[in-house]
Amino acid sequence: MTPNGWIQIALFCAIILALTPLLGGYMTRVFAGERTFLSPVLRPVEGALYGLAGVDPKREQTWLGYTLAMLVFHVGGFLILYAILRLQDLLPLNPQEMAAVPPDLSLNTAISFLTNTNWQNYGGESTLSYLAQMLGLTHQNFLSAATGIALAVALIRGFSRASAQTVGNFWVDVTRCTLYVLLPLCIPYTLFLVWQGIPQTFGPYVDATTLEGAKQTIAVGPVASQVAIKMLGTNGGGFFNANAAHPFENPTALSNFVQMISIFALGAGLTNVFGRMVGDERKGWAILAAMGVIFVAGVAVTYWAEASGTPGLNALGLTGGNMEGKEVRFGIVASALFAVITTAASCGAVNAMHDSFTALGGMIPLINMELGEIIVGGVGAGMYGMLLFVVVAMFVAGLMVGRTPEYAGKKIEAKEVKMAMLAILVLPLMMLGWTAVATVLPGTVAAISNPGPHGFSEILYAFTSATANNGSAFAGLSANTPFYNVTLAVSMFIGRFMMIVPAMALAGSLAAKKTVPASAGTFPTHGGLFVGLLVGVILIVGGLTFFPALALGPIVEHLAAVAGQTFGG
Amino acid sequence: MAKPRSSSILDPAILVPAIGASFKKLDPRAMVKNPVMFVVEVVALLTTVLFVRDLATGGSGLGFSFQIILWLWFTVLFANFAEAVAEGRGKAQADSLRRTRTETQAKLLTGSGNDWREVPGTSLKVGDVVLVEAGDVIPSDGEVVEGVASVNEAAITGESAPVIRESGGDRSAVTGGTTVISDHIKVRITAAAGSTFLDRMIHLVEGAERQKTPNEIALNILLAGMTLIFVFATASIPSFAAYAGGTISVVVLVALFVTLIPTTIGALLSAIGIAGMDRLVRFNVLAMSGRAVEAAGDVDTLLLDKTGTITLGNRQAAEFRPVRGVSPQELADAAQLASLADETPEGRSIVVLAKEKYAIRGRDMATLNAHFVPFTAQTRMSGVDVDGTVIRKGAVDAILKDLQSPGSAVRPVSPETLREVQAIAEEIGKAGGTPLAVARDGKVLGVVYLKDIVKGGIRERFAELRRMGIRTVMITGDNPLTAAAIAAEAGVDDFLAEATPEAKLKLIRDEQAKGKLVAMCGDGTNDAPALAQADVGVAMNTGTVAAREAGNMVDLDSDPTKLIEIVEIGKALLMTRGSLTTFSIANDVAKYFAIIPAMFVAFYPQLGALNVMGLASPQSAILSAIIFNALIIIALIPLALKGVKFRPIGAAALLKRNLLIYGLGGIVVPFAGIKIIDVAVTTLHLV
Repeated sequence: MTPNGWIQIALFCAIILALTPLLGGYMTRVFAGERTFLSPVLRPVEGALYGLAGVDPKREQTWLGYTLAMLVFHVGGFLILYAILRLQDLLPLNPQEMAAVPPDLSLNTAISFLTNTNWQNYGGESTLSYLAQMLGLTHQNFLSAATGIALAVALIRGFSRASAQTVGNFWVDVTRCTLYVLLPLCIPYTLFLVWQGIPQTFGPYVDATTLEGAKQTIAVGPVASQVAIKMLGTNGGGFFNANAAHPFENPTALSNFVQMISIFALGAGLTNVFGRMVGDERKGWAILAAMGVIFVAGVAVTYWAEASGTPGLNALGLTGGNMEGKEVRFGIVASALFAVITTAASCGAVNAMHDSFTALGGMIPLINMELGEIIVGGVGAGMYGMLLFVVVAMFVAGLMVGRTPEYAGKKIEAKEVKMAMLAILVLPLMMLGWTAVATVLPGTVAAISNPGPHGFSEILYAFTSATANNGSAFAGLSANTPFYNVTLAVSMFIGRFMMIVPAMALAGSLAAKKTVPASAGTFPTHGGLFVGLLVGVILIVGGLTFFPALALGPIVEHLAAVAGQTFGG
Repeated sequence: MAKPRSSSILDPAILVPAIGASFKKLDPRAMVKNPVMFVVEVVALLTTVLFVRDLATGGSGLGFSFQIILWLWFTVLFANFAEAVAEGRGKAQADSLRRTRTETQAKLLTGSGNDWREVPGTSLKVGDVVLVEAGDVIPSDGEVVEGVASVNEAAITGESAPVIRESGGDRSAVTGGTTVISDHIKVRITAAAGSTFLDRMIHLVEGAERQKTPNEIALNILLAGMTLIFVFATASIPSFAAYAGGTISVVVLVALFVTLIPTTIGALLSAIGIAGMDRLVRFNVLAMSGRAVEAAGDVDTLLLDKTGTITLGNRQAAEFRPVRGVSPQELADAAQLASLADETPEGRSIVVLAKEKYAIRGRDMATLNAHFVPFTAQTRMSGVDVDGTVIRKGAVDAILKDLQSPGSAVRPVSPETLREVQAIAEEIGKAGGTPLAVARDGKVLGVVYLKDIVKGGIRERFAELRRMGIRTVMITGDNPLTAAAIAAEAGVDDFLAEATPEAKLKLIRDEQAKGKLVAMCGDGTNDAPALAQADVGVAMNTGTVAAREAGNMVDLDSDPTKLIEIVEIGKALLMTRGSLTTFSIANDVAKYFAIIPAMFVAFYPQLGALNVMGLASPQSAILSAIIFNALIIIALIPLALKGVKFRPIGAAALLKRNLLIYGLGGIVVPFAGIKIIDVAVTTLHLV
């Protein structure tokens, strides 16, 4: 670990903290339907879109109406993406003449992009046409991000409204999010990435002759535009198979740093939106602080673990940390920081191979996802996921001060607890359940590249990543098999929608409640005590759920490594 | 103030039957109401069946399995025991109540006169009118329709001093099972046999009709959810172990599962609820539902009647304020003379003040040949006529009006005097007092300052309530000026002056519209709508039937200040649940460190590093964890019954305190506990 490393980490945190109120304030205005500086240009476009779709922007929906609209929207999105993947050989913009994507991989990829997971069982440059990348994947990159943010805003409205029947209009929220938030940020961001050296072209792959005279095909394409939304919308699905480790997807240290910022920016901003909408910005800061505590602790562990390297290599005199699977242009700190950010935020883009991290260094990304992607989290998804944990934490804490528990003036009663628990239950069910299935089936175990605890971690990581809608992988697992394609698709689907439906039911139930004014008997939810409580509940609930699995994976691997033992095979 | 009836937690009369009841409660139909403990029973049964099978086929390690299974059953039994002890304490009270409910004969009035015939008390119907004479037990709940009597209500209140019950007015309700001591009354029966107040009380303390309260339901959902999480966490372990090349026996897996699920709070949850109701009963307050007790903990606004709650029931003379040209002595003398025969507390206080301040002794009315003129609602004055001298005292406007009335024989009051009297009266009113004018032979002598005496210590109690986050509102019929002065002196947050029943009801609705929970107490029939509207309505036992029906609690001591204790009991109930839930979940950390290494060390010896407690062997570790898990239930029964005490130190400080004790304590205690048990288990060679 070096001072330079810590300065980079501190700088990253400082920039996120500075952006949070700016983006929060702007997004609050956008979702309140107020005028922004972009309104003169975008208002007519927005109005025309509503006119075309026959949407009355003034008519709000109940939580059920909102959720149904979202589901219908996704059925349509799924069919379009699946069709594009299956038919890409017949469609234009296919200079490399890619074949149609097989059915199980198409299913996996369609669900993956629909759910903001962007699990890459496909290799971008070797499987997909430009049309499939741009019309298929990029459009879902925008819409799944906009959907996540819209849902978070709907849940926030549940907290901020009193005695209300409706939580907003899904069509309006998605439209405004895309028009006013995502597009305006992506356009300059894409230009910045092009300046940094990322290709943006419809031309075919370039053939180059190397110094030795060998012929090499260099994949290019409309990369920059997809990378912008991939990061900003915490999608993470790369244009290339190597994702952000690929020099054309993440060429410089600067592009790397800005990409890290863009992963967290909107998610962190939403905590501020929450604070503003419930009328106490400090509540938003407190939530961000809880996320921040877990985040910084995770960064410290991973950075320390990677910088320390493995005892085995150190014994051979190979000191200077663990550089296996890392890009030299990023080094240890930028790789460790990127890994923690991308898994904390449900992005899933990777600039280094997590599979090659040390046992503890790789455990942190795993834990980040096991906690449900609530440390800033996926855009929107992190916010509503965190609020579910807040409900549980405040329920127990509220009882301890001798009142019916409440948060932001809303009483937390049986229905709220039920919905929060339903959503939280999905995590162990999918993550541990499928891992348990996969570890006993002989055919599936063969897919791992390392025997012993590390192989176990690879399987656990895959289902954890899918359920949490992260999309990053311990790349050692060859998961492009029918079994993994289907079970991972199920994990992604359940992990996304079984979380959303209870969260929306919670929004409806909260919106209908009266807002209780705070008194001296109300536990203040903007101070250090709240932050500590929330962190404690998240770590204890998450820790208790996953401790046995972690013990059999990274923990035993670490202990074995310290003892100088390896699991060869 | 009520005297809580004492009863030891370790009363053998309760503990012994509770042991038997613990076994009876194993009935799955009863267990299923408690999801966490039901699951424990199911897995205990499952492992028992497997054990019997292994016994038949001759498996290995049977001694260890047997002990684990034994402790699984103990866990269930301890939970049942906790509930049985809580219920037992209620039953003991119910039995003593039942003894007072003797078979009574009633004198059913027939026809319009005083003819009656004797019928069994149980045959009475609602609407029947019975005669109750001195020495009779009132056969059922009712309302006095004629007469006045003193009644001994010790049967329900435990207080042997008799109380007055009379027709019309706010003291007309009588309770079945109480005894008339003097005089006779006619009572219209308002409750059929089996549904009287006493019957309801017995049901309540027995917990027979106990329904889960809203927070309890929510907590049960949380616990069920946690249980499911641990189902996933433990059910996935066998295949993880198979991958690593090991196996885990069912009994070990079950042991891990049972120690992880929140059995501590699951076992004590219903005991906490029963004990909460019980604590109220000991405080001589009957809550008609557990919901009301919980609501009490949530109260934001407390409406309190001024008279009797904030001030002593009566005003007292504090000062004599003569007009110019009259000495205080002279005024005191006249006032005392006018009050000698006045038996109202105000009148008596004038006599006392005159004696204390001006040494004017009491005089005998008869020897003075004085004639007392009593207070009437028309004249709003009282006084005395002595040898042609006419002395009157009364409300200032009443006295002035009398003096200026056209029929008055005396000369009219001079404008200066009029102004002076009015000025004094206004000054007294502003200070929160009540002015009482005194006139002799048509001349105003001055004004007596009657002062509302704020109860000692009440200011501190309101400050305490404020720290609890509860706003107090004083309700009074006084004018706003007087009300403001008393409100300031007593330290209440707000007041409602010149309160009518409608204004009270509106105030409650307004507060509720703001999302607040409102508590109030009342006794009169005109309080009934407000009592029904309030979230917590405490009816005084001395009150009318209508008031008692409208409230959701009845205070047997009729002490309105008790609302404060009721709120504290409600809070303590919620805190006990929250604290034990936190403790229960925090315990799991240590249990993991005991069982996980023990489970996996056979095929991953490196995991022995997680055995931070240094437990002797894998088997002793697992056994110690499950023993700790069972014993902690027994250890926490007293806390569950007593409740975690509420302290008005503000929510944040309270949470910090409880998190420290039950959260941090919950993490640390089992590390020590399991280690100690492990040492004992190893020393005794149990494994």
